This record gives sequence, structure tokens and C-alpha cells, in this order.
Amino acid sequence: MEQFKLTTLLIFEQWATIRIEKGVSKESVLKNSASVGIIQRDESPMEKGLSGLRGRDFELSDVFYFSKKGLEAIVEDEVTQRFSSEELVSWNLLTRTNVNFHYISLRLTMVWVLGVIVRYCVLLPLRVTLAFIGISLLVLGTTLVGQLPDGSLKNWLSELVHLTCCRICVRALSGTIHYHNKQYRPQKGGICVANHTSPIDVLILTTDGCYAMVGQVHGGLMGIIQRAMVKACPHVWFERSEMKDRHLVTKRLKEHIADKKKLPILIFPEGTCINNTSVMMFKKGSFEIGGTIHPVAIKEGEDAVQFANRVKSAIAVQGGLTELPWDGGLKRAKVKDTFKEEQQKNYSKMIVGNGSL
Amino acid sequence: MEAMSSPILEAFGNDCEEAPVRSLPEFSQASLLRLYHRFRALDRNKKGYLSRMDLQQIGALAVNPLGERIIDSFFPDGNLRLDFPGFVRVLAHFRPIDDEDPGIRDPKEPEPLNSRMNKLRFAFQLYDLDRDGKISRHEMLQVLRLMVGVQVTEEQLESIADRTVQEADEDGDGAVSFLEFTKSLEKMDIEQKMSIRILK
Repeated sequence: MEQFKLTTLLIFEQWATIRIEKGVSKESVLKNSASVGIIQRDESPMEKGLSGLRGRDFELSDVFYFSKKGLEAIVEDEVTQRFSSEELVSWNLLTRTNVNFHYISLRLTMVWVLGVIVRYCVLLPLRVTLAFIGISLLVLGTTLVGQLPDGSLKNWLSELVHLTCCRICVRALSGTIHYHNKQYRPQKGGICVANHTSPIDVLILTTDGCYAMVGQVHGGLMGIIQRAMVKACPHVWFERSEMKDRHLVTKRLKEHIADKKKLPILIFPEGTCINNTSVMMFKKGSFEIGGTIHPVAIKEGEDAVQFANRVKSAIAVQGGLTELPWDGGLKRAKVKDTFKEEQQKNYSKMIVGNGSL
Repeated sequence: MEAMSSPILEAFGNDCEEAPVRSLPEFSQASLLRLYHRFRALDRNKKGYLSRMDLQQIGALAVNPLGERIIDSFFPDGNLRLDFPGFVRVLAHFRPIDDEDPGIRDPKEPEPLNSRMNKLRFAFQLYDLDRDGKISRHEMLQVLRLMVGVQVTEEQLESIADRTVQEADEDGDGAVSFLEFTKSLEKMDIEQKMSIRILK
């Protein structure tokens, strides 16, 4: 049923995109390409940019190189791009077009209207009900299971509750998930690392198997769900900004995997949500604990994805994503001074290097 | 096309019609649109203007040794807010020179911001910390210190600063004025070093 719906949607969207492209080429409209670079970059290293051989002296014009690099960064930098929502360059039934409102043809409008009706009057109530059922079952179920004494019965029941509720919620989002390489599924006593786009990733992974999760404490509905889940299953919720929390977390994680019977742990080492175009720096914490690591890549979209085996590059290559050395934490905090010192060191070597002074 | 430029006109304020040519810097419509989207993306809290912190959070700028000086050039005279026209005005300095159409320019109009003279003026004020029109030896030292960090000793730095000021200083006042600055760089290819080309 889901497959059928997906294929029909795909056909519609492709047809619509072709129609739009025909209509658009008549007027020269600016293409919105958020993921393509907007300036011509000169990626030459510092030596070339400063027109220098090693050991040349300082000149007044050296400041040009740094100011140009600085202004280039202001106009466009790799990091900020990763946090704006990725625009899929194709038409879908939710928007008119992605090049602002243009009336293209009557047929397209009718299809769109039909889409609106189906979407809001038929699917929406269905999905909302499903989501509601799923979440309440989860909260109720885990609370009930939490009352039981520790033991294999409790574990079995909590797994059942988690799996069922997650499957219901995924239905509510009408997700179609393809699992590849199922033989590498994380085993008990292991650690699973994956890239992170939104809390929905957690749902997707949990439908396949049950995990012990590690994550930031949230407020509101998420907080309620987190607190309920932790009654049945030993998840680790921590406060990111608390220093001592981090040590506690590492300690707990070490204890957890030492017990081979416990569920595999699920960690997102990037530390934050990225917009699914790249994989950012993996924090070392997950890898200090010891234990077997199982990498998982999550990529949204209709394309089929292949997965590789090395941890970070494996995930990047498998998901068809780009690797970046930048820290996802730049979303929240300023960059460390050590990186600036690198630049200063390079420059100093150039103007003082050969001891000519 | 009209629908697309209206957010930019809004950003420039309603006085766009009467304002002199200078206040609508010489970027093309398409480039202005891209810069506007960039301005909006940098404005994290959707305030409508940029603060120093918004610029400081750009990773590649924060690791730039002259990052603070560059940010200063966006906030002259102690301003705390950077609006879109101000943003574009500074970036206009880095427009490639050959983009200009020499035939049409009216000689009575002020020089475009990306002229050689104005690019040099931009570089000059990166050095001129107190904006008095002269780069003193002390200012030179401070900027050098920014660029090298802790890697170079005070003596070495002082001798570099002394040498540089002496070479450029012609009237012997111990400081480098803007004219002396331009003279010492007259053979330099400014165009290539201080231009950023925005792709179509």
C-alpha cells in the first residue's frame, strides 16, 4: 500500500517538475541553489596567497590576504550552510513551486488542489490519531512496565512496548524505511553510532531493534516521553552544559556495556542535528568507552543508499554525504582558539622563518 | 522579477527612490539577492540587523587572525547594529574591478566602492586603529601582533614594525599616511588580491 502510494507520488512529482521547467525557461527566473557555492573560491594555501616563498619579510600588503579570506567567510561559509534546511530541487505536492508563485497550467493546479484535499482531509486525521495512539501507548506502557521488578520479563515487555509503539508512530509519519546490510545490525553489548538529522532518526532506528539511548534532556512533550521511557529501559539522559554530567555519562556507559546482556547503546556523535547534507565532526566521547562500535547511516530521500564500514568516512560515503572537519557545536558556541593559533603559526613561520632578522 | 526585489527594497528603506546612487551599491540584482539571503541566514535571532556576535560565530572568520579587525570595519563609529545596506557597502569594496562598465560612469558621481583607491582605503583602515588617518608604529605593532599571535618575540616584532614604517614613511613623521601607503603599494595588483567574484 505504502509502496503504491510512493510510486504514484514520485510519478506525479517528476511530471510536475518537467512542466515547471518548461514554464520557467520562458522567463529567466533566478534558480534557488542554496547548496551550491556562491563565490568563486581561490583555495590556494597561505604561502601562495601571500605571494611568498618561505622566509620572505612582512609587507603591508599581507593584510589583503587575510581580509579577503575573512570577507569570503562572511559571504559564505561551510558551516552555516549545513544548518539551513536543505531545499530539494523538485516540486512536491506541498508547495506551488519553489520559484515563487507562478501560474503554470490548469492541469497542475488541479492536481495540486486534489493533493491538498487528500492530504488535509483524509491523511491528516488518520496520521494524527495514529501518532496520538502511539505516544500515549508508549508513555503508558513504559510506566506500567516500570512498576515491575527488574528481570528478564521486564526487559522482554519493555522491548515489546518500545517496538510496537515506534512502529505505530512511524506509520503515523507514513515512513518507508529501507534497511540495508541487516547482518551488521548492532548486537547486545555494542554501541551504535549514527548521523543525526532530527528526533525522527531515533524512531527509525528503534523500529528495527531496541536500543538504550543517550541524549540531551528536553522539556515539554519530549521530556515526558523521555521520563516515561527511562522507567522501563535504562536510557541515559543528560544535560549537555553540565560538566559533571559528562563524566557521569561516560561512567554509566562503561558500566552498561560491561554487562553483555544489556541492550546496545545508541549515540549520535555529531552532538547536534545537521540538515542531512553532510556529516560533521564526531565527538570523541562515544569512542572512549570501549566496546564494539556499529556504524549506522541515515539518509532521507527516495534514493537507495549503500553503506560502507569505516566509522565516520563510512557513514559519509554510504549516505552520499560530504565530510566536514568542522564541529557541529559551532551552531551553539564559538570556535576554539587553537584553530586561530594554527593560522598565526603558519603566518609567523613565513615572515620570521629563515631567521633573517 | 519585481516580486523578488521587494524584500531588498524594503531592507534599503523607503527612501530608495530619492537616495543617491552611492547608497545602492553596485551589485547586480542577482548578487544582491544572494547577499540578502546570506544576511538573513547570519541573522540568527531574526532581529533584522547583525550584531558583532553574529559575525564572530562564523567559524572561518573566528580563526582568521585579523577577524576582529574585519568585524570592526563593519561597525564603524561604535555602532552596535549592522543593517543590510551597511553590510553591502563593506562587501562592495571587494567587487572585482573589471565588473565596472567604464563608459557609462558619470565623472561627477562619487567613485564606486570597488575602485582601487577605495580598496586601498579599506586595507588602510584595517591598520589604522584609531582612525586618525595615520598608521603609527604602535598601531603597526598591534596589528602585527594580531597576525602572529604568540609565535614571535617582542623584539623581532618591533624590528619588523620599524623597518616597515621606515620604508613607507616619506615625510619622516614616524607614521604612514594614506598617501604614503598607496605609494608603497603602487605596483601591487590590488585587483586580484582584494576581489571576490560572486558566481552567476
